[in-house]
Amino acid sequence: MERIPILKMGGYLLVSIQVDMHDRLAMQLQDDLTSKIAETCAQGVLIDISSLEMVDSFIGRMLANIAAMSRVLDAETVVVGMQPAVAITLVELGMSLAGVRTALNVERGMELLSASRDAAERQDDLGPR
Amino acid sequence: MISAPADALPLKTSEQIVIARQAVRRRAVELGFSLVDQTKIVTAASELGRNAMQHGGGGHVTIEVVSDGFRKGLRLVFEDTGPGIADIALAMKDGYSTGGGLGLGLSGAKRLSSEFAITSEPNVGTRVVITRWK
Repeated sequence: MERIPILKMGGYLLVSIQVDMHDRLAMQLQDDLTSKIAETCAQGVLIDISSLEMVDSFIGRMLANIAAMSRVLDAETVVVGMQPAVAITLVELGMSLAGVRTALNVERGMELLSASRDAAERQDDLGPR
Repeated sequence: MISAPADALPLKTSEQIVIARQAVRRRAVELGFSLVDQTKIVTAASELGRNAMQHGGGGHVTIEVVSDGFRKGLRLVFEDTGPGIADIALAMKDGYSTGGGLGLGLSGAKRLSSEFAITSEPNVGTRVVITRWK
C-alpha cells in the first residue's frame, strides 16, 4: 500500500511530502505519525511541505490534527517550507492553520524544535514548584 | 445532469480528484495563469471535487477555456447526481458542514473564483460552475 515515509532522527520524526496527496493518503499519514510518536517517544515532528503545490481544507485539517495530536502526546510539530502561493490561497480559502507552528525551511524548523526541547529540559531541571 | 459530457473527468474516488486537479493545473499553465491564480483554481477544484464525491455520490467535472472578448479564463463545471442541497444559503456559510469536514468547501471555492454559480435540485443533483479570469 502507498505510504508517505517517516524518518526517525534522534528524538525527532521527519516527513517530507513529495507527492500530490489524495485524501486517503493524508489520513494514512496522520494515523502513521500519531502511532510513531507514541512508539518512538519522539519529542518533535517536522513536516516539510515545500513540494506541495496545493493545500486544500482537507490537507490543512490533516496538518492541524497532527499538530494537536502530537501536542497531546507531548511532542511539538512544526510545518516547514510552505510555498507563498499556497499560503496566499490557504488564507483566502479560510484557513489560517491556527495552532500549527510553521517555519520557512527545514533548518529553521529544526532550530525551533531543539529550542523548545531545551526549554522543556530546563523546566524539568527546575523541578516541580 | 444525467449523462456526463464526453470530455468530463470522473469524480468518484479520491485518486480521481487528484487527476482532475492536475488536469486543471495543466490548463491553467497553458493559459499563462500566474502561480497564485493557478494555485487558487486548483484548490477550488479540489474542494468542489471532494464535495461531488462525498455529498453527491460521485460526479464529474468539465474544464473549458472561455473568453469574454478581452480576456481568457478557465471555467470548471462540476455536476453530481446526488441528493441535492436543500438550503443553498446555509450550505454556502463558512463552517457549515454535513459531512464532518470544516465547512469551507463551497464558501472557500467561491472566494477563490472570479465567478461562482450553484444550482441544486433535491433528488436530482447539484451543479457548480466557477470561472477564474486571467
